[in-house]
Amino acid sequence: MNTTQNTQPAGLQAPRAKMQAQDVRVFYGEHQAIKGIDLELMENEVIAFIGPSGCGKSTFLRSFNRMNDTIEGCRLEGRILLDGEDIHAADMDVVMLRARVGMVFQKPNPFPKSIYDNVAYGPRIHGLARGRGDLDDRVEDSLRRAGLWDEVKDRLHAPGTGLSGGQQQRLCIARAIAVSPEVILMDEPCSALDPIATAKVEELIAELSQQYTIAIVTHSMQQAARVSDRTAYFHLGELIEVNATDKVFTHPQNALTEAYITGRFG
Amino acid sequence: MNSTMLAIILLAVTALAYQFGLLRSTRQGRTLAREQVHSRPVYHAAWLAICCGTPGLLVLLLWSALEPLLIRNWLLASWPELLGGPAETAGTILMRRLQELAGGADNATALELAAAQQLGQLQTWAALGKTALVALASAGGLIWAARRMNATFKARHQVERMVRTLLLGCSAVAVLTTLGIVLSMVSEAFNFFSFIRPSEFFFGTKWNPAFSSTGNTHGEYGLLPLLWGTLMVSLIAMLVAIPLGLMTAIYMAEYAPAWFRDMAKPVIEILAGIPTIVYGIFALMAVGPFFAAAGELLGIQVRATSALTAGVVMGLMIIPFVSSLSDDIITRVPQALRDGALGLGATRSECIRQVVLPAALPGIVGAFLLAFSRAIGETMIVVLAAGNSPQLHANPLEAISTVTVSIINQLTGDTDFAGPQSLVAFALGLTLFVITLALNVIALYVVRKYREHYE
Repeated sequence: MNTTQNTQPAGLQAPRAKMQAQDVRVFYGEHQAIKGIDLELMENEVIAFIGPSGCGKSTFLRSFNRMNDTIEGCRLEGRILLDGEDIHAADMDVVMLRARVGMVFQKPNPFPKSIYDNVAYGPRIHGLARGRGDLDDRVEDSLRRAGLWDEVKDRLHAPGTGLSGGQQQRLCIARAIAVSPEVILMDEPCSALDPIATAKVEELIAELSQQYTIAIVTHSMQQAARVSDRTAYFHLGELIEVNATDKVFTHPQNALTEAYITGRFG
Repeated sequence: MNSTMLAIILLAVTALAYQFGLLRSTRQGRTLAREQVHSRPVYHAAWLAICCGTPGLLVLLLWSALEPLLIRNWLLASWPELLGGPAETAGTILMRRLQELAGGADNATALELAAAQQLGQLQTWAALGKTALVALASAGGLIWAARRMNATFKARHQVERMVRTLLLGCSAVAVLTTLGIVLSMVSEAFNFFSFIRPSEFFFGTKWNPAFSSTGNTHGEYGLLPLLWGTLMVSLIAMLVAIPLGLMTAIYMAEYAPAWFRDMAKPVIEILAGIPTIVYGIFALMAVGPFFAAAGELLGIQVRATSALTAGVVMGLMIIPFVSSLSDDIITRVPQALRDGALGLGATRSECIRQVVLPAALPGIVGAFLLAFSRAIGETMIVVLAAGNSPQLHANPLEAISTVTVSIINQLTGDTDFAGPQSLVAFALGLTLFVITLALNVIALYVVRKYREHYE
């Protein structure tokens, strides 16, 4: 994927693949949802997955931290590597995998706990904090990075479900980064949010990309254009085209991609 | 003509009225534009049928209820010389005798024969009168309705209103029954409290309704030993049912594959359908002796019929209440919450323990309360397996008695409702009713509150 090089600031070393999907095929029972996809997620890039509903982009995204394991009758063939290690290998623990590859969902899903406990949940189950003070620091740091600290610092022990939709989604992002993941998967993170909340989350994605590898599924092509370095277009379970975002939107190589981004279907 | 025949004919006439309405309104509407006709023909027909059938039915019911009373009063008034004793009981005996005679028995005195003849005559007249009145009511209803009926008549509104009235009437039956039960209990309980002071009942620590050593002729009616027994047995039952039921629910909702769930859930729910007397026999024959033998092995004195036996078996009985209600509630926790926890790297059991269960907790507590109220009202298991010993003690290995068992004891055998010995059953019943009602109200409130949270 040498096309990504021009999205990297000059002077940095050549980008390294953080995650690699190799000939990934996903089945729901008899139905094949993903039909053999090869794709790499580069370190510190934001890659957007776009495509019409039902094209498999969410399924593909969920394959990167094995969230599809929770769906009965769902099965994956092919390999997905994280730093060169197969995430389906026998010695790969799914709990550790998900600590390294975090996820933010379509609908904000804060736990029915306090704001503090929501963010502290991940560090607690993974034993990341040394003592109360350390945990406090980690919670504050995560909330700051999610741009939520100033809004909630006076009510950390109020329930997380009492926040507005946009705040809830940023709380979920804070919750995801509190376990210090290396990759963050976002499944249409703004689809339930109003334009102002969306703008805030997009801003946040831009900041987070300096530290994390981010893959984001979106239905909004403007959003893909605004936040991503590369864009991958999916159609009926296949990866049609992946390229630097500005190229995909200005000079799509494939007729299907062009039809989708010009709004002829989808 | 007897009432059954009459009812069948009435039904047939109603059906005819429906057909007539259908035909007539179709004909009436044919000459008019669509927007001039208010209701479709079926509504006209239904309205006609209701107007025809309802008055006839009401008259029939009213007459059937009043007829025996009127005939009896009439006869007893006209033949006072036949009455041998007090009007209440002798009247009933006489009426039975007269019925036999009117029906063809031939061992009568002349006086009796004359009276019986009059009875037969009265009944014939009554049957005729009934038929005539029912016919009149139905015909009247039909004619009144038919005259009002025309193309612009708003039959649809009328029918809707009648349907609503019918439904209201049906739900009123349940509500009124509850009210009636409460009122009869309250009045009898007040009778009881005219013998025994409420403070003696509610705070008394001795239950001995047969005789008394304190010189009080009625015996002692302390509620506390019974209430304590009920509580002890129910608590043991909950100690058995909550862990087993909750774990079952968690397994069914979160772990079991679909085919196993489809197979196992009905089997578990069968447990709830077994008659409680069968559980009682099971407790008496199997569980009690087992506990006694096990206690002997350990060198502990365990009675076969004890609070423990009854409690454990009752716990088994209410497992399906706990598991099936909790299962529904756990399943209703949004998948998004599970995804959130799993996506952070929580294990399945961490996810359930720390996210799913806290989210479902209010509903699960509601399920526990419903199961608890079920345990408190349970009777047959404790009758057979608790040992019936109304003592105030805290040893679950000993026999005990409960409120429900005492109600049965006070109401079986010779009872007259003049003394506190049997009236106390109403006070006990009322106490039980209030406790379970309170538990149910709290449980429903808790469950509803939880539902509002997610839907």
